[in-house]
Amino acid sequence: MRTYELMFILRPDMVEEDQDKLVSTLESQIQAAGGTVKSVERMGKRRLAYMVRNFQDGIYVLLTLEGEGGMVKEIERRLRVNEPVIKFLTVRVDEEQKRMAKIKAIRDTKVRGKGTRAAAAAAEAIATPEPLTPAPAPETTEAPTGA
Amino acid sequence: MADETTTTAPQAATGETPTRPEGGQRPEGGQRPDGPRGPRPGGRPGGGPGGPREGGRKFFRRKKVCKFCVEKIDSINYKDVRLLSQFVAEAGKIVPRRLTGVCTPHQRRLADAIKQARNIALLPFASR
Repeated sequence: MRTYELMFILRPDMVEEDQDKLVSTLESQIQAAGGTVKSVERMGKRRLAYMVRNFQDGIYVLLTLEGEGGMVKEIERRLRVNEPVIKFLTVRVDEEQKRMAKIKAIRDTKVRGKGTRAAAAAAEAIATPEPLTPAPAPETTEAPTGA
Repeated sequence: MADETTTTAPQAATGETPTRPEGGQRPEGGQRPDGPRGPRPGGRPGGGPGGPREGGRKFFRRKKVCKFCVEKIDSINYKDVRLLSQFVAEAGKIVPRRLTGVCTPHQRRLADAIKQARNIALLPFASR
């Protein structure tokens, strides 16, 4: 399951209820396509850096989604035909989040105590499950030499 | 005379003939292909701190540090316009890293974030 951030801009002359209706329709479409909406954030009306479809302002909405790649294609297709949506951008964030979590974990162990055995073991425990370690192999090779 | 000078240039590039009758033009004797061409590269340390036209200073004028490495900012998001706009010039162009002192991996991520922000109209493509 991949995590995406979908930011789109709505026309500035949209009423609150229309916005809510649009967002909820989008949410149900996402559910139908097999994804989940993690969060919805209304960033409010902002001035655009350049004119988009003769609008100088826009209402920014940020959705955090979880789903497969095919879902994103479907959602973007619907956004493209949807008239009030003037711009959208989908960014994949799961790799970035994984990287951040790793850095954070290493930093947490460092902060707690430099050179503490438990901290080093915790950092290793986070690092080792990622590469596939051939655990059974050494045990089988050592058995004939031990006997 | 003119065709003599033009024929020496390609032979200087290949640098293959050590036994040449007109040895007075190139004292190295043909082993150094970049002898007659251009200045020696040793006079421009580090790619030129303030520009190679300064006369070849041996040290950097000011040691700039990468802002992201120092403050340990991990993720450069396209959403924080305030951070990104520090690295964007007046005309909306991305400032090169030799002026800001950002390290290469962070500059790459910064450039990607700025381009994403431009696409979603948080930063302009070109202003003024």
